[in-house]
Amino acid sequence: MNSEAAITVEDLTVAYGEKPVLWDVDLTVPSGVLMAIIGPNGAGKTTLIKAVLDLVNTAAGQVLIYGESYQKQRRLVGYVPQRGSVDWDFPTNVKDVVMMGRYGALGWLKRPGRQERDMALAALEKVGMSRYAERQISQLSGGQQQRVFLARALVQDALVYLMDEPFQGVDATTERAIVSLLQELRAQGRTVVVVHHDLQTVPEYFDWTALLNVRLIASGPVQEVFTEENLRLTYGGRVSFLRHGEPNGAPEAEKRTGERGI
Amino acid sequence: MDVPGLFSDLFFDYTLRTIALGSAILGIVSGALGSYAVLRKQSLLGDAMSHAALPGIALAFLLTGSKMPLVLIVGAAAAGWVATLFIMSIVNTTRVKYDTALGMVLSVFFGFGLVLLTIIQKRPDATQAGLDKFLFGQAAALLERDVVTMGILGASAILITMLLWKEFKLLSFDPDFASTLGFPVRILDIILTTLIVIAIVLGLQTVGVVLMSAMIVAPAASARQWTDNLGIMIILSAFFGALAGISGALLSASVPRLPTGPTIVVSVSVIVIVSMLLAPRRGILWRWWRERRQRGRLRLEGILEDLYSLALEHNDPGHAHSLSVLRLMSAGKGGVEKSLEILSERGLVRAVRPGEWALTTAGLEEAEKTMSERSGMSDER
Repeated sequence: MNSEAAITVEDLTVAYGEKPVLWDVDLTVPSGVLMAIIGPNGAGKTTLIKAVLDLVNTAAGQVLIYGESYQKQRRLVGYVPQRGSVDWDFPTNVKDVVMMGRYGALGWLKRPGRQERDMALAALEKVGMSRYAERQISQLSGGQQQRVFLARALVQDALVYLMDEPFQGVDATTERAIVSLLQELRAQGRTVVVVHHDLQTVPEYFDWTALLNVRLIASGPVQEVFTEENLRLTYGGRVSFLRHGEPNGAPEAEKRTGERGI
Repeated sequence: MDVPGLFSDLFFDYTLRTIALGSAILGIVSGALGSYAVLRKQSLLGDAMSHAALPGIALAFLLTGSKMPLVLIVGAAAAGWVATLFIMSIVNTTRVKYDTALGMVLSVFFGFGLVLLTIIQKRPDATQAGLDKFLFGQAAALLERDVVTMGILGASAILITMLLWKEFKLLSFDPDFASTLGFPVRILDIILTTLIVIAIVLGLQTVGVVLMSAMIVAPAASARQWTDNLGIMIILSAFFGALAGISGALLSASVPRLPTGPTIVVSVSVIVIVSMLLAPRRGILWRWWRERRQRGRLRLEGILEDLYSLALEHNDPGHAHSLSVLRLMSAGKGGVEKSLEILSERGLVRAVRPGEWALTTAGLEEAEKTMSERSGMSDER
């Protein structure tokens, strides 16, 4: 495994109009971690991912992937956008969407062929969607759409994955399947960064986390930084699900207040 | 109208052949490229660009004094481009939304174009004659050299679309993802928009600035109804465009002083209406018919299940039950008697006595099958 940091974000500032969305964020993501980015709505989680991918204009700062600029290392980075970011009524089928993950490696003008198709089918097998390869994407459920996007990222064969809410709108079974897939990616030495909403599952699913609210509040191993104090700093006084006097305690079932509940 | 005569003229009459060929080219190109405009939810961009082309045509004529189609097309394309740039910069630098910016630019450019056109027409010399044909289009004015120009431009546009097939597909479906793969999304966007501008200016002389956007939107929207495959959609859209183009142009050419724009729009509207109504899966009639059939099937299944559960309660598959009980169980949905008759025709139920019904052996199997199918379906995520 590479000892270098997978992602290095330095002095990153992003503003939409006059309002800063991200303010002077310094973040290092070590290679081979499974990291959750958490924070309230409007904290800039999606913007952080998009800034790393050069999809938004940054006011200041730079992003390095394994020590080099993102433009140079683009091929190493895979992306799973939010499910709602595309029109699922587009006239195409599941296999075609997954093959789009190979378009970058194919380069200009070349058409996807048998090799791309085989890779797409293998990725669909991995996410449990091989039965749906020929299905129209308009006929998929939310969880299936999410898995199609995951398969598309898998065929990118990236070293670093950035995923924007891959659990949004999926049922519990699918969520577990996705988590074990992410853990498998980490076991292969890849780095996975996930925008996550459910605080309850952070200690269970992830080994690394970043708490974000326009500024970076903390980042590091979950056991060290996923503390009541940091959560309070991130969410204001609104989080009360951790037991008192137990900074790293397990979530209490009867007091569940994920972000969505507030 | 002498239809057979018109058809023989189509092949042997020089003027009609030119008109039909030109209209077919414009239909193919606008149909194919319009597909991307529709899929990228930029249908109105075509409207704005075609209206904005009018001052470009007028200015090109004022500056050069020429009515050569190529000169006017270049003027139209330039004005369409400037309008698009205006729209983009308004959206990027102000809080004005896209549709508002579109509406503003469209009307300002079109108004300016009308003013220029009026000025031109008041000039004493006779050279201006025919420029106002660009408002509603006049296919009859097409010359062979116009058709050659249209053919070359159109073929280049289609060729580029075919070469950049996968890039345009990805750009239309998920531009952010395209960007992360390293494709220069902004440049691709400019190329695709330019191709749409070409498609529009190709049709201006024939269809006119007012109604040209119909040729961008309508064939593509119709084609989308019939297929879920991008390639087939584009081919179908080009075919619909050509069909509407040819029939509209011939209609206009056979009636004196009837402009082509309106006749083409009438033709393409027929295609739209038929597609919206009849297309399998997406068509209105198809959906209505399927819902009706579904409702009918559910009603039959419901009665079978009611009889089945009654039979279970009585521990006797052949136990007969009165119509009124079944009516009660179907919760006032009505049509119970008719459904029972249909079921008995299929041999699934039988009338033991008048007004008393029971499952047959086949009916028992059918009920068990549908019930297990339904519970199987709820397991499937």
